[in-house]
Amino acid sequence: MTKTTDWKNQMNLQTISLAKWTLAWALTIALATFGPTFIWESNTWISFTAILINFGIGLGMILANIRHLNTQDELMRRIHLESMGLSLGIGVVGGLSYSILDISNVISSDAEISHLVMLIAITYLISLILKVRKYK
Amino acid sequence: MKNRLKILRAERDWTQADLADALEVSRQTVNAIETGKYDPSLPLAFKISGLFNKQIEEIFENEKNGG
Repeated sequence: MTKTTDWKNQMNLQTISLAKWTLAWALTIALATFGPTFIWESNTWISFTAILINFGIGLGMILANIRHLNTQDELMRRIHLESMGLSLGIGVVGGLSYSILDISNVISSDAEISHLVMLIAITYLISLILKVRKYK
Repeated sequence: MKNRLKILRAERDWTQADLADALEVSRQTVNAIETGKYDPSLPLAFKISGLFNKQIEEIFENEKNGG
């Protein structure tokens, strides 16, 4: 009954590809962030090049994510879609509330974009875990 | 939506993993369909009906109107 499952191999390949692109993106973010201080002493052109490389790899990561989603089966695509929708909503609503808290000086510290990224990532992760458990 | 997927699978002595491989979906998807937690798309429903050589209506039943 069991037949060759090429789609599984495809899915594994795309998962590995996405992991590589994500790792490369994270490393180039670290390079672009800490490079000016620790490696090239604030040389504007090197900083610009590092940011450009990071941006390019970021685009590659987005495309890898799309390819990864397209190899998933329909239930997993639905789970990812619902999680993305929730993350986007929480990101926009939470991000704007956070920004207003800063603008209106309700909080003493400045609103940081990294906090928003963490909020979106944590929302996505929790949503993904809960929805996978829901359909188990 | 109710379905007879589990019965049809059992009649052929297939595991969920066997059926998942044949349909090119995950075992979790097969389980979610069998337990009624997830309704398959039309293309997947046709794939299931083709695999079992039955009409879609013989496998899936709309609970609201009783088929």
